[in-house]
Amino acid sequence: MSERTYNFAYLDEQTKRMIRRALLKAVAIPGYQVPFASREMPMPYGWGTGGVQVTAAVLGPDDMLKVIDQGADDTTNAVSIRKFFAKTAGVRTTTHTEEATVIQTRHRVPEQKLTEAQILVYQVPIPEPLRFLEPRETETRRMHALAEYGVMHVKLYEDIAHHGHISTAYAYPVCVADRYVMDPSPTPKFDNPKMDNCAALQLFGAGREKRIYAIPPYTKVVSLDFEDHPFERYRHDAACALCGATDSYLDEVIIDDRGGRMFVCSDSDYCERRRESAPPAPQPAGTDASHA
Amino acid sequence: MSPVLEVADVSKSFTMHLRGGVVLPVVRNVSFSVAAGECVVLSGPSGIGKSSILKMIFGSYRCDAGAIRIHHAPHATDVSRAEPREIIALRKRVIAYVSQFLRAIPRVAAIDVAAEPLLASGSAREEARERAGSLLAYLNVPERLRSLPPATFSGGEQQRVNIARGFVGDHPLLLLDEPTASLDATNRAAVVDLINERKHRGTAILAIVHDLDVRDAIADRLIDVTAFATAA
Amino acid sequence: MLDADVITRTRIDEAELADEPLLIAEGLTKWYGRQLGCRDVSFELYAGEVLAVVGESGSGKSTLLQLLAGQLAMSSGRVLYRLRDGATRDLAMLTEAERRLLFRTDWGFVQQDATLGLRMSVSAGGNVGERLMAVGWRHYGRIRHEAESWLDRVEIDPERIDETPRSFSGGMRQRLQIARNLVTAPRLVLMDEPTGGLDVSVQARLLDLLRRLVQDLGLAAIVVTHDLAVARLLSQRIMVMKGGRVIEQGLTDQVLDDPQQPYTQLLVSSVVPV
Repeated sequence: MSERTYNFAYLDEQTKRMIRRALLKAVAIPGYQVPFASREMPMPYGWGTGGVQVTAAVLGPDDMLKVIDQGADDTTNAVSIRKFFAKTAGVRTTTHTEEATVIQTRHRVPEQKLTEAQILVYQVPIPEPLRFLEPRETETRRMHALAEYGVMHVKLYEDIAHHGHISTAYAYPVCVADRYVMDPSPTPKFDNPKMDNCAALQLFGAGREKRIYAIPPYTKVVSLDFEDHPFERYRHDAACALCGATDSYLDEVIIDDRGGRMFVCSDSDYCERRRESAPPAPQPAGTDASHA
Repeated sequence: MSPVLEVADVSKSFTMHLRGGVVLPVVRNVSFSVAAGECVVLSGPSGIGKSSILKMIFGSYRCDAGAIRIHHAPHATDVSRAEPREIIALRKRVIAYVSQFLRAIPRVAAIDVAAEPLLASGSAREEARERAGSLLAYLNVPERLRSLPPATFSGGEQQRVNIARGFVGDHPLLLLDEPTASLDATNRAAVVDLINERKHRGTAILAIVHDLDVRDAIADRLIDVTAFATAA
Repeated sequence: MLDADVITRTRIDEAELADEPLLIAEGLTKWYGRQLGCRDVSFELYAGEVLAVVGESGSGKSTLLQLLAGQLAMSSGRVLYRLRDGATRDLAMLTEAERRLLFRTDWGFVQQDATLGLRMSVSAGGNVGERLMAVGWRHYGRIRHEAESWLDRVEIDPERIDETPRSFSGGMRQRLQIARNLVTAPRLVLMDEPTGGLDVSVQARLLDLLRRLVQDLGLAAIVVTHDLAVARLLSQRIMVMKGGRVIEQGLTDQVLDDPQQPYTQLLVSSVVPV
């Protein structure tokens, strides 16, 4: 029985052309959702099929691929997708952010500042930021076309009315290049500022919803807010227990049955690098993370 | 003295389409005029068409032929041919009408009912209410009634609110349909004084009055509508 | 006697009458296939005027309103509107963006069913504030303050600003809808059976509110209703429709007190006096 062979990166060349055409449109209109003919992938919807198709379309034999899931290289999904591309494309893979040329991510932006030589591919579940208030696709398309975004501020208004502050913690809506309002995918709002004026090309793929969008390098990305309730970065009141970082996004880890916990960097590569380069100084578990 | 109101050869009939199109004539070739500062009273038996004439002048009824000219320098308007918005504008500033019965709007206090014509012509709410209040007081409508909607008032009380509403503005032409019908002697006298005061201020008044004493107290001229009645 | 030739239908009070109509409808016609919705409806509306459109079911009055509001495409005819800058434009010539902006700021539409005219899952404050946010208000405190003052104006307790309309009664929802529409100070408000389905006492309260708001704000309005009492209370002018056509129009009290057309006479005589 001969081994099954795949076309480079699994997808056939015509499909890759189709996706690249969609990507070009997306890059030409920052933040605009371009419909594309999403293919059947060897993973179910909801497991990153959109991101995988975008990565497959932009990957070349000389690329170095990194895949993270919630910031970690070693979760099941990240490992599966990395192996998938290793097998179907034969590309080199890495866990080091600064070595990668293509980074596929689920719900986090790497802490390491990205360069012009890199492409960040986001996995997106629901691309439409207006969906929660407007269920009709015909209507949301009109709203984007006419830049009718008043309803986005209604959502933020409701947050403040009910919680005293804008409580949206992830998938925080942004305005791209002063034109389109976009859902940055379920990344924590902590990551929103990283998208602004980023040197890398940011691509977004939603497989089930069949949409692609993009933020070209050095594009203005502004998080929506009110004058008297401006956007604030989430500030942890703790440092990473492993590497001591105070400026990265932290995960809370429960360590015993008595409520003991510790905070560690969500970006596993970032944390590891810091530990390698500096003498480790483990910090005691911090106080609760809270808004600044 | 130039007339404020000129009625020229006005005729009216009702066509009852629901009764096979039977035509009920009302009046024919009505002609008269009213000058500033004079009070003309229409006389004649009930049903002869007096109220219909007032309504045609106010624009509540159509007229089939003739002209109804209102002079309000420097303009003159023929009500029988005017556009609805011209009549609306006339009612704001020129013609006031006290109908026989008050049309009570639910939930509106008597004082606001009386003040409304001033509000419609642009006065401030407080000022309008003040004038309405003093008119109501003059007509012996007690304080406690002024903030209540008139729907539950007696006939006489309702009529006094109606009269206040008609007199609150400064309209140069006043149309009065039985203003004293449901009033006692005191209030009848109060209304007569109001009418005479307006006459002195130059208002032209056209009224329908059955009470002979009141008629003698206010009328400068009588016009017998029987002369314009059409044969039954 | 003054010469009849000299007396023409001169304008009454130039200062008082607006120079030009706010809205001009010309020959509005809508066919649903071979079924007539409405035909050749023409009228002018000036600032501050309230026009009632009355008729029974199937008269075409709702179709007319939907044509005006741009919710239905007309088969023929046009609608001209005088914008805030003074220019009178054919609505069909506006870009869709301009038209939608117009409907969000200078026009209001009060639906018969308040659940269609409100966002039921959004708080009262959010509902009232939405139009403000849509035209660029970005200060939460000021938006909230404006919403509170409008809720008060339509007699909804401002304490309920954070509740959703799901917990409001029918009359309250309708009043909220009115506030939501009036917050951007529109010059023209379209109303489709604003008191439909409400209890009589609730209707009275709503009509009273509408009457006062129309007067205080100098609104022009087109009110579609089958209820002649509503027409008499709210409007100065009236159009009677039957079978898709306007069969009589004029001053409200004149048409209702001295109806000329057979159908109008039938309509007026059918109302049972209370």
